[in-house]
Amino acid sequence: MLRLIAAAALIVPLAAQAQQTIKIGVLLTLSGQFADAAAQMDNGIKTYMKQHGDTVAGKKIEIIRKDVGGPAPDVAKRLAQELVVRDHVDILAGFTLTPNALAVADVSAEAKKFMVVMNAATSIIITKSPYMIRTSVTLPQVMETFGTWAATKGGLKQSYTMVTDYGPGHDAEAAFTSAFKAAGGSIVGGVRFPVANPDFSAFVQRAKDLAPQSIFIFIPGGAQPAALGKAMAERGIDKKQTKVLGSGETTAEAALKAMGENALDIITAWHYDYTMDNPLNKAFVKEFNAMHGRNPDFFSIGAYDGMHAIYETLKKTKGKTDAEAMIGAAKGLKWQSPRGPMMIDPETRDVVQDVYIRRVQKVGNDYVNVPFDKIAQVKDPAGERRKQK
Amino acid sequence: MFASLAGVLFDGFAYGMLLFLLSVGLSVTLGMMNFVNLAHCSFAMVGGYVTVSLTNRYGWPFLATLPMAFVAAAVVSVVLERTLYRRLYRASDLDQCLFTIGIVFISIAVYAWFYGTVVQSAPMPAYLHASLEFMGMRLATYRIFLIAMGLAIAALLIFLLETTRFGAQVRAAVDNQRMARGLGIDVDRAFMITFALGGGLAGLGGALAIEIVGLDHAFALNYLVYVLIVVAVGGLGSIGGSFAAALVLGISDMAGKYYFPWLGAFLIYLVMVALLMWRPVGLFGKR
Amino acid sequence: MRPLEIAFWAATLLPFVVTPDYLSLASQIAITALFALSLDLLLGYAGIVSLGHAAYFGFGAYVAGLLSKHYWSEPLSGLVIGAAAAGVLGYATSHVIVRFRHLALIMLTLGLGLLLAEAANSASWLTGGADGLQGVKMAPLLGFKFDLYGRTAYAYSLAVLFLLFLLARRIIHSPFGLALRGIRENALRMPAIGAPSLAHLRKVYTIAAVLAGAAGAVLTQTTSTVSLEVLSFGRSADVLVILILGGAGRLYGGIVGAIIYMVARDQLAGMNPQYWYFWIGLLLVAVVMFLPNGILGGLSALGKKAQ
Repeated sequence: MLRLIAAAALIVPLAAQAQQTIKIGVLLTLSGQFADAAAQMDNGIKTYMKQHGDTVAGKKIEIIRKDVGGPAPDVAKRLAQELVVRDHVDILAGFTLTPNALAVADVSAEAKKFMVVMNAATSIIITKSPYMIRTSVTLPQVMETFGTWAATKGGLKQSYTMVTDYGPGHDAEAAFTSAFKAAGGSIVGGVRFPVANPDFSAFVQRAKDLAPQSIFIFIPGGAQPAALGKAMAERGIDKKQTKVLGSGETTAEAALKAMGENALDIITAWHYDYTMDNPLNKAFVKEFNAMHGRNPDFFSIGAYDGMHAIYETLKKTKGKTDAEAMIGAAKGLKWQSPRGPMMIDPETRDVVQDVYIRRVQKVGNDYVNVPFDKIAQVKDPAGERRKQK
Repeated sequence: MFASLAGVLFDGFAYGMLLFLLSVGLSVTLGMMNFVNLAHCSFAMVGGYVTVSLTNRYGWPFLATLPMAFVAAAVVSVVLERTLYRRLYRASDLDQCLFTIGIVFISIAVYAWFYGTVVQSAPMPAYLHASLEFMGMRLATYRIFLIAMGLAIAALLIFLLETTRFGAQVRAAVDNQRMARGLGIDVDRAFMITFALGGGLAGLGGALAIEIVGLDHAFALNYLVYVLIVVAVGGLGSIGGSFAAALVLGISDMAGKYYFPWLGAFLIYLVMVALLMWRPVGLFGKR
Repeated sequence: MRPLEIAFWAATLLPFVVTPDYLSLASQIAITALFALSLDLLLGYAGIVSLGHAAYFGFGAYVAGLLSKHYWSEPLSGLVIGAAAAGVLGYATSHVIVRFRHLALIMLTLGLGLLLAEAANSASWLTGGADGLQGVKMAPLLGFKFDLYGRTAYAYSLAVLFLLFLLARRIIHSPFGLALRGIRENALRMPAIGAPSLAHLRKVYTIAAVLAGAAGAVLTQTTSTVSLEVLSFGRSADVLVILILGGAGRLYGGIVGAIIYMVARDQLAGMNPQYWYFWIGLLLVAVVMFLPNGILGGLSALGKKAQ
């Protein structure tokens, strides 16, 4: 009896709604430690919608934003359930953090909703729902590529790894070391720092004692890259003798500003930088600056391209939002993004893109990442390995 | 070998001085009036953001902003104390906790609103960004500066406390508030001045922290735990206690990370647990 | 039971009919209420302020999760095992904790909680680390699948809350409970009248750990997820705020606090996802200014004034 009432309560609003709106539930960590990343993602979404309008295939796009608050899979799952059950969203998107994406994947699979991961970078996420695509990056995609590059074209034989002691740190360490060793390099040692670590001197000193040929770093954005950069300068790491390798987060704009000349010559591998020199990116950055008063970063581009993928998929399905139709249309989607050419892999549904190798140089009065090498259309290696099993 | 250990110890000393500046105000006010002010680190943020604004937007030299950071934080803390806090002196510890946590939430939102969520930095003069060679060790000038500031302020506070009449009043109020009132000491006024001083020092600490640990809108929550650890381990109401505790924690944190990096974050908590089990009232605590 | 209480518990069934879209939230409120109730036993009745109570919540949550991952996914037995495991942990740590008072006690609970959280992060081979435990899937509860609407989840968490609430009530009104309150008021004198303080405190600490572990286990089971966040300082701090908000030492304080705080947070975050915590802060400040000793404390004081 109760179930009939509940069912009736659902059908009535659905019938009343003339399905002229497509609702997208966006789950982000708008408060707490990762608030800035989420803010940049949201800015990316807003910029896309400003540039391309809020109507696709004759239907209006409505964004419902929810704050997960941090790594809280129980909250993420509940919010996703509410978005599906209460707000009747057609698409679930966003996902700053991996645990939240993993939890919502269950909802996407069970309720059959198209899901777009716009940031979370752990490889395994993509396997958790058949209706999911990713438009950001995966850690193995960048870090394994970097490891191979470092030992071959980079000409490095040794490396010492320094990563933050948490999931992405472990993944990055594993990806880089396996590829580096497979390409002939050797890892002379490694250290993991605690997650909220404020002061890196002790760790840097340990690295310096070993005098390795290169140091590989993986730390999350925020205040830490600058602190690490300074610790390296203070302890006297000479970047000509010891190459410093990192992920794009280490040399994000705020970190470069805080590190100043300490950042010179850091070599990073990443998929996007706001200084990229192509017309699409210039237009994107200009609009972003005008709307938000700051430069976009990789969080923004993940969300921007996520919206693009949604819009293009909807154009292909002519506005139909059922998950089967959408995922069918999304597989194999190719387009030119401000970051370069991109594709949604037709088999794994994961992102395929170019990985750029950059060096920090002084251009004018600023320190920026200047790309000097590129590996084209990299597929997620972990995903490829899963296919073979 | 010795040079690298000494270098690490030196960095630990500097980090300890930063913790000292951030915590000493809370230790004294908590010891004096038993007022649980969990919003203490919000005052640190006042100082930090003042420095960020003055250096980035108005081009002030970093050192000149430090007195402003102190004054701004002191003023904010007095205003808060006179308007809101004094109504809660009779309230239970739990209510004070809840109230000040509410203030922290409000302050975090206000900072996020005005400054955004991005991590802030303040441009430094070149001589503070350098490092010196000394007996085979590389010492960062900024850390030398921090250590000098920490020592100077500790000395100043102890001088204030031990030799001035005001200091005697503060000590009396910490030891036995009722007796002090009975002797005619204006405890409320002494508290207000101490609160201002403590808040101001937190603000100074916040400004100095930008270069070492960065400043973002959630700073008040992130560093509250460390400040509480210093206060508890040092002993309530004791400047010497805060100094010693901050030093012990800063150095053991650094040395631990150098010798036992796999212990990482554990070490500071293990040290705290061990010290508190050994001396529950804190290193220099009285009750 | 007094009529007001009966009315209250009857009202907890309303969400099934009145707000069927909010059952997942209701389930998480019930779980938090149980967690807050467990802390109330410590704080409100025994006078132990704990800033690390999430250790037991999280431990129960992970045990339940690990059981499910390793092929034991029946919920009720998982609940019992999870709660019992948390109780064992509580018993072990109580030997250290109950010997201290005041700030040292608070900081020790904080320290132990943080140490456990760090250990869980390091042991990512066991706990899944920051990404959370993978492979948690629950079997149906007594034949009812854990559905998308949260109906089974809410029924389950409400039932567990109610049963353990009755247990807590029993304990508080027993001679043991009275002795606890005596200890809270004056710890030095209690042994003089024959109540062994430390043994009593260890006992209540263990019971509180069992209840917290049960809450954690139910969370894992109803959401099929568990991650490091369940052990975090944030969770310990949240539950403390909730309990103080509702009013400690009043049995219903944790439940009232959980309802008010979580509903407020959900609604505010929905309206203003970026700055909701401003309004929450304002709520906390307002409650302290106008309702001292928490909502129930303030209401009871107002009630007395009206008489």
